[in-house]
Amino acid sequence: MIFSFDLLIDAIVSGILIGAFYAAVTAGITLSFGILDVVNIAHPGFIILGSYVVYIINLKLGIDPIVAAIAVMPAFYVLGAAIYQVYYVSFEKRGQDSMRGLAFFFGILFITEVSLVLYFGVDYRYVEAPYIGPTWHFGFVDLPLRILVPCLVSLLLIAGLQLTLTRTFIGRAIMAVAQDELALRLMAVDPIRIKRIAFGISIATAALAGAFLIIIQPVEPSVGREYIGRVFAICVLGGMGSLPGTLVAAMLVGIVESLTSTFYGPSWAPAVSFSFLLLTLAVRPAGLLGR
Amino acid sequence: MRTHIFFIVSLIIGACVYGLAATLGNDYYFFAGYVVLQYVVLATAWNILGGYCGYVNFGSAAFFAIGAYSTVALYRFHPMPIPVDVALGGVASGIVGLGTGYLTLRMRGAFFAIATLALAVVFETLVVNWDYVGGSRGAYIVRPETIAPFGSYIKYLFLIMLVLAIGSITVARLIERSRLGYGFATIRDDELAAEASGVPTLRLKLVATTISGALMGMAGAPFPYYIGYLQPSSAFGLDYAVNSIAMPLIGGTTSWVGPLIGAILLGSLQQIATVTISSAVNLLIVGFLLVGFVIVAPNGITGLVQKYIPHRPLGQVGRRRVKADAPEATP
Repeated sequence: MIFSFDLLIDAIVSGILIGAFYAAVTAGITLSFGILDVVNIAHPGFIILGSYVVYIINLKLGIDPIVAAIAVMPAFYVLGAAIYQVYYVSFEKRGQDSMRGLAFFFGILFITEVSLVLYFGVDYRYVEAPYIGPTWHFGFVDLPLRILVPCLVSLLLIAGLQLTLTRTFIGRAIMAVAQDELALRLMAVDPIRIKRIAFGISIATAALAGAFLIIIQPVEPSVGREYIGRVFAICVLGGMGSLPGTLVAAMLVGIVESLTSTFYGPSWAPAVSFSFLLLTLAVRPAGLLGR
Repeated sequence: MRTHIFFIVSLIIGACVYGLAATLGNDYYFFAGYVVLQYVVLATAWNILGGYCGYVNFGSAAFFAIGAYSTVALYRFHPMPIPVDVALGGVASGIVGLGTGYLTLRMRGAFFAIATLALAVVFETLVVNWDYVGGSRGAYIVRPETIAPFGSYIKYLFLIMLVLAIGSITVARLIERSRLGYGFATIRDDELAAEASGVPTLRLKLVATTISGALMGMAGAPFPYYIGYLQPSSAFGLDYAVNSIAMPLIGGTTSWVGPLIGAILLGSLQQIATVTISSAVNLLIVGFLLVGFVIVAPNGITGLVQKYIPHRPLGQVGRRRVKADAPEATP
């Protein structure tokens, strides 16, 4: 174990940058699992799908990955709304959403992964963009642009989502549906429509998160699996359904992971978030900034 | 049927299965049959926690791998006869099951499922970093070509897995018809009400995780001898997790018959698909079947049978479940 102050600062900075990206990855889970109570464990699968869609667009048309992701977000929104509709009709309406709903999303995760393996194989894929490669140096702190750019756009995404949730009618309705569906119905708002919109938005964020992922690291279909524990750890740690909490928790997880991989070696990093999750669930299930 | 009669009947059926496989005269049937039987054990074990108690375990692969890796660890120390490996693998993963229960069972539903998923990754990381059992490079187990009364070694492995399958089905059936099974059913139907009426829910759930974990570990223990070369990604493969969920859900989760039907059906289908199409496609089939069944036939094949042949008893708990599960009126 090598310890030095420079390494420590560098690890913390890269942890914060990666943390912002984790927040973007988790934002969708915060919406679907935290607010709507839909246990969408397939979310990482949609993120990988997003990565591959962005990869194809980037390869064929040479469009910037983030721009491409924003362009395909409406399609992901429609996909999300459709999946919610199926989920609602088959599970929520029949009142057996817990176990079979979980199995449903697990099946979708699995289908996404296996289909991508069948179509693209298990080779790592990557995208081209001008900011992949250069690194800014400030003293001994390195800021690789391929992490800095996704980090900044992630912060924009989180801020935008938070403003939507707190300032717009739809956003407030989404927060309301989490608290009291019946009251919403009495206000002449269809809770199912609101949930469908919210789930659509959550899947739409997966497209953008997928673009960030493939900018930061090369992607192959099973990469999504290691994000399952991470996103749920962050969502629970952040207090289920709180976007600012998600951001704080994501940075915390990012920093601890980055310290672990700097000082103990990268092979231990995956266990960090999972231990976080187990600890949070066992000790403080309400999370850091619980509702 | 009394349990010991049931056990004897299933032993006779088991002997017939072994005899049939032996008369076919091709070792391939033993290799394929071993995998199917392994899934019978995994699915039955999963169902003890998932089907009877209603707690979804996504970490089946972790328990399976603990069994497999305890065999590797023992092998590195000193090669043992496989029944010893099976017993020790069962003990190891049973203890892990108990520990998981303590850590996670205070959470309900989805949190438990996510925690088990997390557990699988924690254990995979531990094994990858544990050099004694080969780490990420994997470990070789030298399988003897033949063994005394059975001829080729795979026949011996097949027989062990057959006994394990019969054993786990008997255990599941025994649980189903005991006070324990009724306790589990109350947890599944309404945990809060059960607790309020004095059912020791936490203790029952710990029993369920321990038994379920131990059986999964036992299924994994002979695996290194079967595969010959064990690496973390094959022992912790997502296909074990998916299959052990898909098989009970497709067969029906309320009685021991469901996982058995699901495992035989899906297991053989996968063996056929692996030979005729490709191993990636057969996983895709499992995924689609799982999603299709939970949407169209939420009570699985046994649920369908009960729906269309009303008076066919499939065990006490099964009958109760169907009533409790009747579609509710639209809110």
